[in-house]
Amino acid sequence: MIDTVAKLKDYAGEKKAAAPKAGTTVLVSMGTCGIAAGATPVYEAFKKAIADMKLEDSVELVSSGCMGLCHSEPSVEVIDNSTGKSTMFGDVDAAKAVRIVEGGLSTIPVGVNTVERTWYYPEEEENSIGAIQARIVLRNSGRINPEKIDDYIAREGYQAMAKALTEMTPQEVVQTITESGLRGRGGGGFPTGIKWKFAAAQNSEEKYMICNADEGDPGAFMDRAVLEGDPHAVLEAMAIAGYAVGAKNGVIYIRAEYPLAIQRLQIAIKQAEEKGLLGKNILGSGHDFKIELKYGAGAFVCGEETSLIHSIEGMRGEPTFKPPFPAVEGLWKKPTIVNNVETYANVPAIIRQGAAWFKSLGTEKSPGTKVFALAGKVDKVGLVEVPMGTTLKDIIFGLGGGIFGGKEFKAVQTGGPSGGCIKFDKIDTPIDYDNLIALGSMMGSGGMIVMDEDDCMVNVAKFFLEFTLDESCGKCTPCRIGNKRLFEMLEQICEGKGTEETLEKLRNLGHTIKDTALCGLGQTSPNPVLSTLINFEDEYMAHVKDNKCPAGVCTKLITYEINDNCVGCMLCARNCPVNCISGERREKHTIDQSACIKCGVCYNHCKFHAIDRI
Amino acid sequence: MSCECNCGQKTMVDEYPEKRIQLEEYISTLELTEDKARNRGFLIQTLHKAQEIFGYLPLDLQHFVADKLGLHLSEVNGVISFYSFFTDKPVGRYKINICTGTACFVKGAGQIVEEFKRYLNLEVGETSRDRKFSLGALRCVGACSLAPVVMVNEKVYGNVTAKMVPEIIDDCQD
Repeated sequence: MIDTVAKLKDYAGEKKAAAPKAGTTVLVSMGTCGIAAGATPVYEAFKKAIADMKLEDSVELVSSGCMGLCHSEPSVEVIDNSTGKSTMFGDVDAAKAVRIVEGGLSTIPVGVNTVERTWYYPEEEENSIGAIQARIVLRNSGRINPEKIDDYIAREGYQAMAKALTEMTPQEVVQTITESGLRGRGGGGFPTGIKWKFAAAQNSEEKYMICNADEGDPGAFMDRAVLEGDPHAVLEAMAIAGYAVGAKNGVIYIRAEYPLAIQRLQIAIKQAEEKGLLGKNILGSGHDFKIELKYGAGAFVCGEETSLIHSIEGMRGEPTFKPPFPAVEGLWKKPTIVNNVETYANVPAIIRQGAAWFKSLGTEKSPGTKVFALAGKVDKVGLVEVPMGTTLKDIIFGLGGGIFGGKEFKAVQTGGPSGGCIKFDKIDTPIDYDNLIALGSMMGSGGMIVMDEDDCMVNVAKFFLEFTLDESCGKCTPCRIGNKRLFEMLEQICEGKGTEETLEKLRNLGHTIKDTALCGLGQTSPNPVLSTLINFEDEYMAHVKDNKCPAGVCTKLITYEINDNCVGCMLCARNCPVNCISGERREKHTIDQSACIKCGVCYNHCKFHAIDRI
Repeated sequence: MSCECNCGQKTMVDEYPEKRIQLEEYISTLELTEDKARNRGFLIQTLHKAQEIFGYLPLDLQHFVADKLGLHLSEVNGVISFYSFFTDKPVGRYKINICTGTACFVKGAGQIVEEFKRYLNLEVGETSRDRKFSLGALRCVGACSLAPVVMVNEKVYGNVTAKMVPEIIDDCQD
């Protein structure tokens, strides 16, 4: 039981001293994505190889959270404890794991890939000049065992809470967060300190701190990485926030689709309670704080704070009009603060190192860092954390290594279904909340999807709208019916039935929905349409005027035909999923247009440019 | 509790007493109070548990949960119909879910969905008559580097192509 600050410091010192000074530490990246890529057999292979070679005394095997190296999963970091030298191995499988151990863990066996340094900076290099990434939120993810509280404590864990609870008044905590300029990382960008101030000013015995872990944006998984890789950081932050606003109860509202994150949070809460770092009279300060988990059930709109609160209350997750703001009347009609996972994950570092330090990172209006899930047609998919103000170009072409397969960059989509698509000529823009809004997009929770020349922007807009349609709660008319009409118009365009008038209607209706919908979901739902209409108007025009889809995606507008380049290699016929290509060997083949599903497999397989996409 | 339509068929709750007991035990661990509104806060987690135990949430099970938590059937049903995670229809032994997150979408998940629909002769959200397959689309599973991704129960297939679809279906052997 750790019931005083002195005991916490002693315990942390003890754990730090106990860290191995010799031998080797092997970290296996075991977040959901790592496991999906096959990290479990790799972990087992390491375990067995280490046992077989009787290295248990000198080698420590750790199952850690996500290292962010999605492009090279399963990834493994091998650290020489005496020198601190670290080697990152990518695309490891069980056989490679055995060879790494057999190579004495100090060499790079032939045929095993290592991951470039530019992508992942070890701790001591991380804030150095010239490095693109800076890690605050992902500080511990991939470096500690998230299921061991001792690992977290050894890395200054719960020190921020100790400082806040014993050396600072609640007002000072709120003040520090306000001065740091931390803004809500869930997407809206509202200043966190000001939110806390509202709730702190409320005179109520019962207040709630909620952590919004209902990460719903398709293509965004940074919150999951934090919860799976460093769950205690969120718990610590919630306890600090509770102290600052006078709340004794914390609720983490988490997606049911994140079983591993749920499991690791449950373990973390239990461990923190056992150590006395959550519960009654934390560290002898008189502050009580307990945290419970509540599960979502698959509703995107529950990312909106009033909907989320209704969902915790066991109701349909429908939003309500603000005011009253949750800070005044929230869960069970009590003052409530809803913050996102990533927002919380910044708090302990700010308390530990001060507002001035935090402000020194990022831009003036958006201090700190932001985690992005870089995905889509980029060479190196992964989770990156960069200071605000980094350009999109640095992320996509620097960290991401450019476009996959040497294709042409077309657009980058940020902000998920509420965001927009940004064109090549704007990718030098430094990223912060305000700049992205000026570009017709938004920060959102941090999904960053890169698209290439093969993506049809009308179809992309339709994709996002289909998502919104599916997820609209149906409470207000603009969102329920307006988006449906927008979607129908986009369908018409993709089928070649649209006219220039349709584009005008799209624009008008889009703006009307933006102005009149009830909640954040509806108000931002036309963004993907409006931003593509502005940035890719020529593509819309090609659909409505020439009945052509320049990217060759809208199947109603394209046909595949075999030209005279065909040498009769039969590759297309063998790969056609519907077997609609016929022809003798060494003779020109033909496509049965009535059976063709226009999947493009033949086009992609042909080595002789013998298939035309018209 | 008998079936609503008086068909004389046994209901899920009656048919599987061991499952009913399991659910009752779970509900007894909840800190239910006199405050009805607050008890409602336990509804979603109870439904998660009920679906985990029974596989889906038929009407009689909804009645059962409503009674236990002191709620109206309409309140329980309203929640089930709102959240996509809950289903009141039986699901297949093999739940084939195609990720339709943005990363999978730009890498061709749409075609994969069409292929599965064609092979299984099912629409998204449907279950085959022999209850072997359920076809679904799910939001981002966060394995974007493996896009497009298909999940069959807990198993993840990455970088799926149209050609792999029949192979994935063949993998589903009882």
